[in-house]
Amino acid sequence: MQTFMFYLLAVVAVASAIMVITRRQPVYSVLYLVLTFFCVAAFYVMLGAQFLAAIQIIVYAGAIMVLFLFVVMMLNLREPEEMEGRTVWPAFGAIVGVGLGLVLLAYLFGGEGRLPMVQDYTQSYALGRPDSMGRSLFTEFVLPFEIAGVLLLAAVVGAVALAKRDRG
Amino acid sequence: MTVTLTHYLFLAMTLFTIGVIGVLTRRNILIILMSVELMLNSANLTLVAFSHYLADATGMIFVLFTMTVAAAEVGVGLAIVVTIFRNRETIDVGKMELLKH
Repeated sequence: MQTFMFYLLAVVAVASAIMVITRRQPVYSVLYLVLTFFCVAAFYVMLGAQFLAAIQIIVYAGAIMVLFLFVVMMLNLREPEEMEGRTVWPAFGAIVGVGLGLVLLAYLFGGEGRLPMVQDYTQSYALGRPDSMGRSLFTEFVLPFEIAGVLLLAAVVGAVALAKRDRG
Repeated sequence: MTVTLTHYLFLAMTLFTIGVIGVLTRRNILIILMSVELMLNSANLTLVAFSHYLADATGMIFVLFTMTVAAAEVGVGLAIVVTIFRNRETIDVGKMELLKH
């Protein structure tokens, strides 16, 4: 059952990811990317990271993609993008993909590199719960947490400064 | 047959490759930013998968910080896109070859 769900979600995720980069209208790309993010959230649930799945839907599908959709509709583009004159770069992308696959295959079947695994996953399923994540976030990782807050403040200030620039 | 770490690694690799191809082939800057989000998500999926199969919470915590950086990147990136569109009336990266307008 779990294997079936994995393959079903993987097919949907990959298909909608391909749709993201092939649509001519950015609105369709945004909607397919939301579908991909929902699939990734489902993978997080399968991996026992329930809190991250909720955050994925709230932050990515709820906030970031709405921001994209807002900008797409605000820009009010009339003509779709021209698609010709781009024959070299898809080949380069394919080379990058095949290279990544070869590195992974060499690691998996290269004798020395056994992928690390634990035998008992009961502890794994307890990791993603909000209480255990919050505990490690506010004890062991409290300095990165504060730095992330400063980064978000800098991003807010930067976005406001960029958006207001041509008026002042 | 159960789902192993290898399954997740290959899935994340596929999504990452689609993102790379999107960045390299498209000329609409919004779709390029979306492809970058796709690559960030595949990296997040790898981190969560390793975190689960190693029974170690560090990867999951790291994903939270990746999401923070992604949110900051999208906020500033879309502000830049809006500024460029106001000045140039285009979001085609092939037409953004000048530093001044």
